[in-house]
Amino acid sequence: MERMSFDLAQTSLRELNSFLHRDAPATGVRQVVVTNPDGAHNIAVGLDCPVEVEVHGHAGYYAGGMNKTGTVTIFGSAGTGVAENMMSGRVQVKGFASNGAGASMHGGLLVIDGDAGLRCGISLKGGDIVVGGSVGSFSAFMAQAGRMVICGNAGDALGDSLYEAVLYVKGHIKSLGADAQIEPMGEADFAVVRELLDAAGLNHDPHDFKRVASARSLYHWNAEADQEY
Amino acid sequence: MCGIVGLLVKKPALRPRLGELMVPMLIGMTERGPDSAGLAVFTEPLQENARKISLYSGMSEEGADFNWLGLGHELKAHLGIDATITSQGNHAILTAAIAPEPVKRWIKERYPKLHILSTGRSIDLYKDIGTPTEVAARYAFSGLAGSHLVGHTRMATESAVTPDRAHPFTAGEDFCLVHNGSLSNPYGVRRMLEPHGIRFETDNDTEAACRFLEWRLREGDDLETALQKGFEELDGFYTFLMGTADKLALIRDPFACKPAVVAETDDYVAIASEFRSLAHLPDIKHATVFEPAPEEMYVWNA
Amino acid sequence: MSSNDHPKTIAKEASFGYDRKTIDYIRNAAAHGLYEIRGMGAKRALPNFDDLVFLGASLSRYPLEGYREKCSTKTVLGTRFATKPIELDIPITIAGMSFGSLSANVKEALGRAASEVGTSTTTGDGGMTQEERQSSKTLVYQCLPSRYGFNPDDVRRADAIEMVIGQGAKPGGGGMLLGQKVSPRVAAMRTLPAGIDQRSACRHPDWTGPDDLAIKIHEMRELTDWEKPIYVKVGATRTFNDVKLAVHSGADVVVVDGMQGGTAATQTCFIEHVGIPTLAALRQAVDALEDLNMKGKVQLIVSGGIRSGPDVAKALAMGADAVSIGQGVLIALGCNHDSYWQDGAHHDVTADYAALGTAPGYCHHCHTGKCPVGITTQDAVLEQRLTPEVGARHLKNYLKTLNMELTTIARACGKQNVHHLEPEDLVALTIEAAAMARVPLAGTAWIPGVTGY
Repeated sequence: MERMSFDLAQTSLRELNSFLHRDAPATGVRQVVVTNPDGAHNIAVGLDCPVEVEVHGHAGYYAGGMNKTGTVTIFGSAGTGVAENMMSGRVQVKGFASNGAGASMHGGLLVIDGDAGLRCGISLKGGDIVVGGSVGSFSAFMAQAGRMVICGNAGDALGDSLYEAVLYVKGHIKSLGADAQIEPMGEADFAVVRELLDAAGLNHDPHDFKRVASARSLYHWNAEADQEY
Repeated sequence: MCGIVGLLVKKPALRPRLGELMVPMLIGMTERGPDSAGLAVFTEPLQENARKISLYSGMSEEGADFNWLGLGHELKAHLGIDATITSQGNHAILTAAIAPEPVKRWIKERYPKLHILSTGRSIDLYKDIGTPTEVAARYAFSGLAGSHLVGHTRMATESAVTPDRAHPFTAGEDFCLVHNGSLSNPYGVRRMLEPHGIRFETDNDTEAACRFLEWRLREGDDLETALQKGFEELDGFYTFLMGTADKLALIRDPFACKPAVVAETDDYVAIASEFRSLAHLPDIKHATVFEPAPEEMYVWNA
Repeated sequence: MSSNDHPKTIAKEASFGYDRKTIDYIRNAAAHGLYEIRGMGAKRALPNFDDLVFLGASLSRYPLEGYREKCSTKTVLGTRFATKPIELDIPITIAGMSFGSLSANVKEALGRAASEVGTSTTTGDGGMTQEERQSSKTLVYQCLPSRYGFNPDDVRRADAIEMVIGQGAKPGGGGMLLGQKVSPRVAAMRTLPAGIDQRSACRHPDWTGPDDLAIKIHEMRELTDWEKPIYVKVGATRTFNDVKLAVHSGADVVVVDGMQGGTAATQTCFIEHVGIPTLAALRQAVDALEDLNMKGKVQLIVSGGIRSGPDVAKALAMGADAVSIGQGVLIALGCNHDSYWQDGAHHDVTADYAALGTAPGYCHHCHTGKCPVGITTQDAVLEQRLTPEVGARHLKNYLKTLNMELTTIARACGKQNVHHLEPEDLVALTIEAAAMARVPLAGTAWIPGVTGY
């Protein structure tokens, strides 16, 4: 299996992404290693073939953005919007992720071993996010579908304006957002948490998690509901 | 919208390299801020009775050909003050054993187009229009020495691109502020402060924040208390980085939409809007890298 | 006889401030405890292009012969960075209107008409439908705060990407689609439960501010290998600053949508009271580009109440490279007509308007999903009232008419190319328009605030 290496201290981001978009699918190269990322933005955005990309160092914004079928592993931290709008495939951050991690994802799996910043999973439309550490405030804001597993704590306004996405939190929730509520965990929930933790390579007891879902009271305009809109 | 950088060296042996380490950080923020750049550096403090004032002549007719020597002579002639003036082009630092206010008043009357950038015992401040690379070269930033500094690159949002609207903004003595973000109630804050005798120099929203803190500090609040009140009074999105004679302080608003990253080793604390600006720092691969949480005050002592 | 015996006239003295409209507004608020939501754009009187007129050729300038001497309308958008700019035959495009606010038939009609006349359509706040991509030769794909349906495959299939910061009807507000229009298909495209009242986010989820927009635009460029133009659309507010910032963040094309711009649903208070008129915004947008020396390098599209050929001509004269039309397009398809055309006959629907509490010519009930002419609806019965072929033909006719009027006026001003129209070809009929557009009051040299009388 051929492996290609790109040193971003010598080569441009354009060459890397161009290779990943055109040459990797054409030549069948399935493993690409990126060194000296040094916080560069838009590394491996728009992957459209099952290539494995390893980023050795810290990535900037939108690393692995709009990933489809690719696998991206960042041995470092990631900036804003890692794996934003991912359609399928897998992105893993070994360090911490900044704000908007997994924003508007439709599918695939995003794993953050460390903490995630604010608005993790904002506008989620499908797919799964597993965070080994804690998430910042406004996480899962307007999350429409998909699942999130948070092994650490959650900040303020978790799941504000939640639609049909379901969140599982092990640690402390500083506050719930509008229309988010804690619900009892059922057998199906334990199974989901187990499945996602296994996929992420993390070890926790699913019984330690709380289920957060939408109360669905904001789905329709209602003068009596005293909605703050 | 902008880029901010901050650097504090923990070991005195690194102080001579402060500027050299910072210049790539500032240039790394060029895309965030292509219009103008500036920084404030904090050096070994002068004696109790002495002050230094940073001055900018770029908005006067003479510009970079301003007669700094002449200013020194006049100061001696009119106020009997012996001042040392070191200058480069449109920038100068005036040092003397003085109470600063009478001197500043005299300068404002005698040279109304001269812009007073900063006052204090530790602070030197530089800012001008141009790309970060140009500004850094113009003032030889790579040769600066000191314990800590605060820098900024600007992309103007509402007020014009002029040197006085660049950051950092200063207030009182040995205090400066840089800002990434956009305040949504700067005019209301301004109108609230003017009756308290606070003077504004520009229409820049960052100046409103700086003067608000100036007011609170003047009223006896310590920095932490002043910032806490800032959370209530200042509306909008902001990451603020502040410098005082012996501290760097950082806060982010509750929404924390404007980015900030911190890298810390035994030798330094470095702050920037994006990790890109920190990537070249010595031993960065082993630094503790983290993002400051919203609404929390981070303070590092020099 | 005393004056008390003289019969009194009972005067009906209308109040200017508390007029019928205001009284109804207060009554509705009291009854429902909720703001009014409606479709269309600002209905109030505003300074607009009707307040400007052209100085045609006479002795000092020479006109071109209509129909015989060429007047080019070719328009290229996105020359700054993209390797494949958009090339249009006319400087009139179709604005973003979502599948969801409009029916699939309408989206197809828009695509067909646009392809025939050589212009583009724009997706809207609901994602890209097959109907539109297949029927529209040039398709601009919007990236909005909601990100409904947004995906990289559609980005790759699009001809341009439009980063939407806001729209003229509601700058600072997000999209809206009420439950009756969130059909199963619409819901699936937007990843929402069917039948709920959709209120989109008003900020993008993964960036805020022009400094971060620059990085986001860079992501779109990397994703599309730098081939496709990136537009940035703003609702008109602090337009001078916004256009400069759009340029700084890397836009190829800036789209400015004035307060007359329409929507399928938003709060009336937004439509009428937030944002500035298109005339004022256009002046500021052009000033911003000239200030940055980017006129011609970054193209400007203006929208918001562009209705007629003269409107198009005036917009171009003031400095726009193209215009975009929303409401006018829908009216061409049948919006506010008293009947729809089907099976070779007109079918009167005045009663359907009455059932909505309105009448043809007054309707703004797009938000109800009960559009009597089958345009802003997801109802399976109603949407049959707009057949794509018929709609496409009507729209094509409208666009052709606009273009003919545009060239007629341009020729009369002596131009061989509509893009040679300039502000000096215009004068204003009112002081407000003169000040906003910065052209002299007709018959004088007076531009308020700029020149003397």
